[in-house]
Amino acid sequence: MVGGFRWAAMFPDEVWEHVFSFLPADADRNAAALVCRAWYRLERRSRWRVFVGNCYAVEPAAAVRRFPEVRAAAIKGKPHFADFNLVPSDWGGGAEAWVEAMAEGWPHLEELRLKRMVVSDDCLELIARCFKNFKVLSLVSCEGFSTAGLAAIAANCRYLRELDLHENEVEDNCLHWMSHFPESCTSLVTLNIACLEGEVNVSVLERLIGRCPNLKTLRLNHSVPLERLVGLLHRAPQLVDLGTGKYAAQHHPELFSRLESAIAGCKNLKGLSGFWEAGPTFLPAIYSVCEGLTSLNLSYATIQGPELIKLISRCKNLQRLWVMDLIEDEGLIAVAASCKLLQELRVFPSDPYGAAQPISLTEHGLVAISAGCPMLHSVLYFCRQMTNAALLTVAKNCPNFTCFRLCIMEPHTPDYITRQPLDAGFSAIVESCKHLRRLSLSGLLTDLVFKSIGASANRLEMLSVAFAGDGDAGLHYILSGCKNLRKLEIRDCPFGDKPLLDNAAKLETMRSLWMSSCSVTLGACRQLARKMPLLNVEVINERKRGLPLELQPDNCPVEKLYIYRTVAGPRSDTPSCVWILR
Amino acid sequence: MEDVKGSDGLGDTELRLGLPGTSTATRSAKRALPEGDEESHDELRRTSAAKAQVVGWPPIRSYRKNSFPGRKVEAEAAAGLYVKVSMDGAPYLRKIDLGVYKGYKELREGLDNMFKCFSLELSRREGGSGSEYAITYEDKDGDLMLVGDVPWEMFISSCKRLRIMKGSEARGLNSRH
Repeated sequence: MVGGFRWAAMFPDEVWEHVFSFLPADADRNAAALVCRAWYRLERRSRWRVFVGNCYAVEPAAAVRRFPEVRAAAIKGKPHFADFNLVPSDWGGGAEAWVEAMAEGWPHLEELRLKRMVVSDDCLELIARCFKNFKVLSLVSCEGFSTAGLAAIAANCRYLRELDLHENEVEDNCLHWMSHFPESCTSLVTLNIACLEGEVNVSVLERLIGRCPNLKTLRLNHSVPLERLVGLLHRAPQLVDLGTGKYAAQHHPELFSRLESAIAGCKNLKGLSGFWEAGPTFLPAIYSVCEGLTSLNLSYATIQGPELIKLISRCKNLQRLWVMDLIEDEGLIAVAASCKLLQELRVFPSDPYGAAQPISLTEHGLVAISAGCPMLHSVLYFCRQMTNAALLTVAKNCPNFTCFRLCIMEPHTPDYITRQPLDAGFSAIVESCKHLRRLSLSGLLTDLVFKSIGASANRLEMLSVAFAGDGDAGLHYILSGCKNLRKLEIRDCPFGDKPLLDNAAKLETMRSLWMSSCSVTLGACRQLARKMPLLNVEVINERKRGLPLELQPDNCPVEKLYIYRTVAGPRSDTPSCVWILR
Repeated sequence: MEDVKGSDGLGDTELRLGLPGTSTATRSAKRALPEGDEESHDELRRTSAAKAQVVGWPPIRSYRKNSFPGRKVEAEAAAGLYVKVSMDGAPYLRKIDLGVYKGYKELREGLDNMFKCFSLELSRREGGSGSEYAITYEDKDGDLMLVGDVPWEMFISSCKRLRIMKGSEARGLNSRH
């Protein structure tokens, strides 16, 4: 404030709040809040959407206190590598502390999105009871709850618009949970139950969607038989996004034509997914809507290349395609020829543990897509072979990549033609793709690739590294470069203490760092913890042999390390295998 | 372990790997290792086993690994297909791993072995022949089915628990047995 002049008082609060409403991005609002106390006060009262990228970075009560008017909250828990079973199941990420604080301080909460958290039925019941205006529940990669908890949500959230359950582990103990939606529930817009294992009462579901005229997204689970899909579609022809149930049945020409016409009746369909157990028989039933599709997820369908080609060649407006590697290079070449608007491609392995499966999905498919799809910016590609030349070509064709994740399934695989490491290829990617935000590496890689990444990947926010590098220099390049790095996850790399200690300050500018099966010692972690009070240095030791961690010597190797910045201090819910060093 | 040089003096003419003048013997991977190499051999075994089962690699979500019917059976087989087995009249239940049996015959034999003590007890008590029993199972839908009707693969993927029924209840089901 200049000379004590309270310029913020020039306008009434409502005017400033109106001005701030044009700052939707949290980063901008955070900046505004730092200008002066008046703006801090105004901004905090007008923020209604909060994103907490690490549930342990701040005390729930503190967040709730600072932003009293929040209507929508998104919170993330476990580190990303929990998806691949690298994080002990009892590590943490429980949602209770947050839900309790929110129930107390945000009674008007309308939206809650949780990712990788442990959500109990009690949490769900609390949500159902305490938030009178609750509208949106999105649970992604969560666990700890059952269909009994869902019954509570169904029964009590009178204005529920979205129930989005994506890839959760849900215990099935309440068969008739969907019957708990009262007759008065007519507000559903999204219902995604694809991850549920148990049977679904399709008649109840039919009645439910029949009375929800605004339903746009319906994703069924694999228990819903194909015959019943017809009835569901008749009741919801306005659907924009459909996830089928089981997409196989005894071949019946009558069923086929009923299915075909039911699907054709959905004139607004833009997205299709599900297709469990799909075979070639019923695939043509969706041909009529292919032209309008922007999103197609066939990653659970073990359909072979030729059928896939027939299908996808009709999808001229496809923007997102998720598919199994059964599509092979030939299929991807067809995609490149037909889907000129493609933005995102994910190719999943059909047989990740099979040795030398004769699937002809190679670097050629990736190159073809990069050449044929000018709008491509996000790729996830599982394959078994790669060359630097191919990556160089991809880098040249696609300078607009924002996300590039390549997984060559055998660790340490070199360029199969030159037998060289893939440093040159990945370097080309980071040098060409100036807007790259996310990168996953694989194959044989030396410290050189990290030098390129550190120097060139200025917009990189998330980096995943596995089985790569020669020594400390690799990690040092990353931590001393990559200006915008937020999340770094590393496994099975020969990175040790020195780069961590030399770049301690960097860790406070990032959300988190995960390192497992590397060469870090307990001593370095202790030093780091002492030096950086705003970091939680979590050492995870599952093997539990010998002395407790406090008594282990400095040279004791650390199995798994998770470091994250926090203003909440050490958390109090650590299991026995986790030590927070101070 | 043969001596490379051999006693007939023809050692120098033997084919072997390595530069002339060195005494590196041709090593067959299949030869028996001397005592000292036991550990390295074990380590080799361990590393190849470890290599085959790197945790969390390739990086795919577990629900994706188990999504396909064929693969689901594989995944379960790896973990052990343990199901409870109850026998009418027996004081406690047992658990068996369906994955260790190759077919119905082995399963029946396994169950016979496991429950024969109860069989004798019960037959003595009731004074019956003791041989009237039917093996039934509860499938995914919760229905009680007679073991043996469907192909083995289909059976182990749908069997949730086993029940050995005895006496009058079993008689109706016994025609197949």
